[in-house]
Amino acid sequence: MTDDFNPSRRGALQCLAFGGAGTLFTLSGGILTPIGLAQAATEKPAGLPLFLQISDTHIGFNKEANPDVAGTLKETTALVNAMKTRPALTIHTGDVTHLSRAAEFDLASQLMSDLRAGELHTVPGEHDITDGTGTEYFARFGKASDNRGYYSFDHQGVHFIGLVNVMQFKPGGLGVFGADQLAWLKDDLSARTSSTPIVVFAHMPMWTILESWGWGTGDSEEALSYLRRFGSVTILNGHIHQIVQKVEGNITFHTARSTAYPQPQAGMGDGPGPLVVPAGQLQHMLGITSIRVQRHHQLALTDTTLV
Amino acid sequence: MRILASLSSFPLAAFLFLASAPAHAEDSVITIKKFMFNPTDVTVAAGTDVTWENQDGEPHTVVSLTGDFRSQALDEKDKFSHRFDQPGTYKYICSIHPKMVGIITVVAK
Repeated sequence: MTDDFNPSRRGALQCLAFGGAGTLFTLSGGILTPIGLAQAATEKPAGLPLFLQISDTHIGFNKEANPDVAGTLKETTALVNAMKTRPALTIHTGDVTHLSRAAEFDLASQLMSDLRAGELHTVPGEHDITDGTGTEYFARFGKASDNRGYYSFDHQGVHFIGLVNVMQFKPGGLGVFGADQLAWLKDDLSARTSSTPIVVFAHMPMWTILESWGWGTGDSEEALSYLRRFGSVTILNGHIHQIVQKVEGNITFHTARSTAYPQPQAGMGDGPGPLVVPAGQLQHMLGITSIRVQRHHQLALTDTTLV
Repeated sequence: MRILASLSSFPLAAFLFLASAPAHAEDSVITIKKFMFNPTDVTVAAGTDVTWENQDGEPHTVVSLTGDFRSQALDEKDKFSHRFDQPGTYKYICSIHPKMVGIITVVAK
């Protein structure tokens, strides 16, 4: 598949959902190159394993689409713990819980403590802060950001930025960063050289996939304007429980699967709720993303399903 | 149950409603289904208890834009009630899905 890949096909990648299991995406100069996992398995991976993304664990959900979300999170943990190389850190891109309840956070924390995947970093999803202030979320995960929710850190030469786009919703609107956070982001990036690889993680997609379902962030263009000068920007989101990718210049956008339940493809059905799938299909639609630093600061994203 | 959808755009109907309204306010129920508040636009007399019931498998909230009321996350079949004593217009959204909007118009008894 790599042989016939050329930049003119990038347009075809926009908003295209990759539903299949195990596709490796190698980012090279802003061009996304899908490689089959069978091919990747025969080659020794270059570079260091860097980190893991899990998303939308929705602990507390118990409906038909998956009555046992704790069970599938345990399966996720088993999958991660069986990886040959231990990830250096884990990023959770939000919706840790389903209803923001204390007991749900407690169970989620207990289950994720079994992950042998380095330090845990998180950003909230809208399901984590339904009380409006995110009391339970920040009591557990607020320390890294001094209770703002957004923060940055450096790891193995990569600058990581966690952003919050779920706390300033307006009627009919999309996700919002807000002026304060955007000013902080601009300042945070101003000190970085353009050759620094950047990874941004936030719950809601940072490009508009479907406005009527809230699958986008209204003021993301301002954030992207700060990011465009960098040679390698990887944006990791959750929220939509399926993989959707887009490449725009040197910026790669990627949404992760959930570990709890799938959602319909954009616009298919009444709204962005749980999707009930035939028995035996569920674990094929849940999974994780792992990100590996390659030579020359390239990042490679690998999506893996539970089975 | 006493709900008149989109009443605010029909002053005459509103007048007739008020003229025939019972002495005591009755409860009003709004269902949440398929990512919509139904009815979306509700007019009630002051003193009415309005109850929202979520019939979606996805949780929703009922959050006043002016801070007058706020539900917890409502799972399927969960309910939330609020008594509207003061006449006025109350806009609200689902804070999980802000595309979902509704209006409660409270008129004097």
